[in-house]
Amino acid sequence: MRIPCPICGPRDSREFTYRGAALDRPAPDAGADAWEDYVHLRDNPAGPTLDLWYHHAGCASWLKVSRNTVTHEITGAVLAGAEDKA
Amino acid sequence: MIELVASTPCQGLLPLEHGPFTLTELTPGSLTALAPFSGQDAALSRALDAAFGLSLPDVGAATAGGSARVIWFGRGQYLLIGPAPVADLANVAAVTDQSDAWAVVRLSGEGADEVLARLVPVDMRPAVFGEGAAIRTYLGHMTVSIARDDDAKGPGYRIMAFRSMAGTLVHEIETAMAAVAARL
Repeated sequence: MRIPCPICGPRDSREFTYRGAALDRPAPDAGADAWEDYVHLRDNPAGPTLDLWYHHAGCASWLKVSRNTVTHEITGAVLAGAEDKA
Repeated sequence: MIELVASTPCQGLLPLEHGPFTLTELTPGSLTALAPFSGQDAALSRALDAAFGLSLPDVGAATAGGSARVIWFGRGQYLLIGPAPVADLANVAAVTDQSDAWAVVRLSGEGADEVLARLVPVDMRPAVFGEGAAIRTYLGHMTVSIARDDDAKGPGYRIMAFRSMAGTLVHEIETAMAAVAARL
């Protein structure tokens, strides 16, 4: 399995560490239900999913990787937080 | 009074030869990590040019000027190799002394890329890993920095690992050197 790091190019998955689902953090005043969902509840999708991976053996960036859990296809990766700065 | 004697990371382990492959230790002088402050990449490049006559390299690349070289060392990080840093650099970047923290070796010989192919999950063939390339990746189970380091005899690779891993680094590369040399 290879992950297309936006900085280093396609690299073997052993260079990366999996973190978990890439979720949007709720607003601080979003309420207990929204925060319980964010902290504890996870979907288990059969199909496209968005995960956080850390390229620890390469450029040391956090990536948002889009992946298909049915086909194991990696469809893309962007720098985590890139959209926050734009 | 105890007299302490300085030793290099690979003292007693190198140099080694197997077939056409040679593994030697390099003692490059000062190693300084440079992490430019936000938006200061161009300013750091100018400061390096003024002090050492070289610019900041692109991602996955290295630049050289005289005895100094700068290699890309991760996202937003560079390593100055050779001279001691000048004070100006600290105005535009976080400057950290890493001298003596890294074991630095040089692998050379015709087909050295086949030795690294047994250890490194990145294509190291000279046509792909071109002149001036410098990346971070794995060698065996160690994170390393690998940079092209050519001389008059042909392509070579400069490999840096944490100093505490020097013995493992030499063992891994020597095993691969011997295995590839045995098949020639």
